[in-house]
Amino acid sequence: MTSTPDTPLREEAHNRRRLLMERSHPGRTGVTLPASDVPPQLIPEQAMLRDDLHLPEVTEGEVVRYFTHLSQLNFSIDTNFYPLGSCTMKYNPKLNEAVAATPGFALAHPAQPETQVQGCLEAVFRLQTYLQEVSGLPGASLAPLAGAQGELAGILTLRAALDARGEGRRRKMLIPDTAHGTNPASAAMAGFQVISVPSTSEGDIDLDAVRAEADEQLAGVMFTQPTTLGLFDRNAIEMCRIVHEAGGLVYGDGANMNALLGRAKLGHFGFDVVHMNLHKTFSTPHGGGGPGAGPICVTEALAPFLPGPIAVQREDGSYGSEMPTKSIGRCGGAQGNFGVLIRALTYISLLGGDGMLNISGNAVLNANYLLAKLRPLFELPYDRSVMHEVVFAARKRPGATALNVSKRLLDHGFHAPTMYFPLVVPEALMIEPTETESRETLDAFIETLERIDAEAAADEDFLRGAPYETPISRLDEARAARRPELRWRPSED
Amino acid sequence: MPVPEDRRYSREHEWALPEPDGLILVGITDFAQHELGDVVYVDLPRPGDRVTQNAQMGEVESVKAVSELFSPVSGEVAAVNEDVKNAPELLNESPHEKGWLIRVKPDDPAELDSLLDAAAYTALTE
Repeated sequence: MTSTPDTPLREEAHNRRRLLMERSHPGRTGVTLPASDVPPQLIPEQAMLRDDLHLPEVTEGEVVRYFTHLSQLNFSIDTNFYPLGSCTMKYNPKLNEAVAATPGFALAHPAQPETQVQGCLEAVFRLQTYLQEVSGLPGASLAPLAGAQGELAGILTLRAALDARGEGRRRKMLIPDTAHGTNPASAAMAGFQVISVPSTSEGDIDLDAVRAEADEQLAGVMFTQPTTLGLFDRNAIEMCRIVHEAGGLVYGDGANMNALLGRAKLGHFGFDVVHMNLHKTFSTPHGGGGPGAGPICVTEALAPFLPGPIAVQREDGSYGSEMPTKSIGRCGGAQGNFGVLIRALTYISLLGGDGMLNISGNAVLNANYLLAKLRPLFELPYDRSVMHEVVFAARKRPGATALNVSKRLLDHGFHAPTMYFPLVVPEALMIEPTETESRETLDAFIETLERIDAEAAADEDFLRGAPYETPISRLDEARAARRPELRWRPSED
Repeated sequence: MPVPEDRRYSREHEWALPEPDGLILVGITDFAQHELGDVVYVDLPRPGDRVTQNAQMGEVESVKAVSELFSPVSGEVAAVNEDVKNAPELLNESPHEKGWLIRVKPDDPAELDSLLDAAAYTALTE
């Protein structure tokens, strides 16, 4: 057999990809069991579930290498730039982890008496206070365990408030055509009828469409500011006024709060309920990296309906935990995802008020830097300065579609931007650099996209084969979705 | 892209083809399947369900996104293309024929007149 220089490397790569089952050898074992000191018991025939049980027979060392190698294939914000639009993949300071691991926080039990966990309750209370300040809304609940659960809890709070004033007939929930998919899902789960509202050609919500639905059936609107187009919606205040005048309430999706921190408060626009993603705006782990948290803040009128428990400060200065008087209930067992709350509190305390201003300032500056540098390469569907992210349409070159450009970026060690969202932009590439990236990183990203553009110009088909240098090449996504094979099966022979 | 002249078209990229027995065959256009990319799942109404012109009648999921399907006519669903549910790639391979979605017994066949003809639809997609 003739050997080419790269053959050993290819074999090595192949070996590394072998599944644990494929590494199995009869008789190998990774554990040493002590001798049995009880007589063997026969399992009755009818209690047997199956004849075979395919377990891999491997040594401890093989198992360690297998999983260590898998972990090295992980892509994370700790390894690379992650410009995933709408997800705010900012760097998560390690101090967050250190504080959350403090024994007083990490070892506290939710069933301990309040007198033993005053520090934990004070921490929750302080975070509530900070989020009230950030949102400009006086009521806060940290109970929701994730962004989507926060949305649902917020919408149920809104619904409870409508029901309490005898307006349960209001069932229409307006949702802009740029909204996150979770918005209509949350509204439908809460029993509302979803009505899609278009955007204007400049990317703001269409006020005439809102007016057309503003009647006695209108429950409210679910709105994201800045919008998922990365734009500051200039009609937001007027929209809130129209909805309120018709007797409805306004839900604010705080997914894009990173752009507003310290500069504008959603409560001041007229939002009645706002949810925030601590795992986006306040640097707690996310993206398969850990539990989220989706606190909600509300107006004084809606506060009695909030999910609980809520941390309170009593007259003697001590801290406690209470359910609001007309609460919609609990979102989980205890004080929300407590460890996540501590990380967010650490982040806010670390940066302070001036730091909040720097977050939003740099997030917006970075996004507009990318907009200015990348606009020769893509179509810009809404020609305005942006907030914390920019949405391009990858339509300038055949072959350089949003999918193909994204695949090629992987070859250069960049995570793909969000693609094909928002739905109103064809071939959408939604890029959010966040405030934690340096000028050098942004320039490297820009240069890479310029190189990819040149590749597409030279050879229309080149990008269609990308990625070329990743551990796994281009996947057949259509086949994977149409005929998924979700588990390993022994080969027939 | 082919736009057959034997049928009418909605602005939402569905086609409606009147059949000799008075039923109307409904599907999505070649332009639509091209924009969607590889279709991996189709959610359709059931026989006997009511559909309303310009109202949502189902969903189509591609590797890019989930999109709503709108009915180009009002009426009762007489039949559903089971082949498409089992092999959604038919929508990509044969959107105007084998990839038809539903057969509708129309309330008012004159509703077709409110739809676009092939020339107008071609203009819409250019």
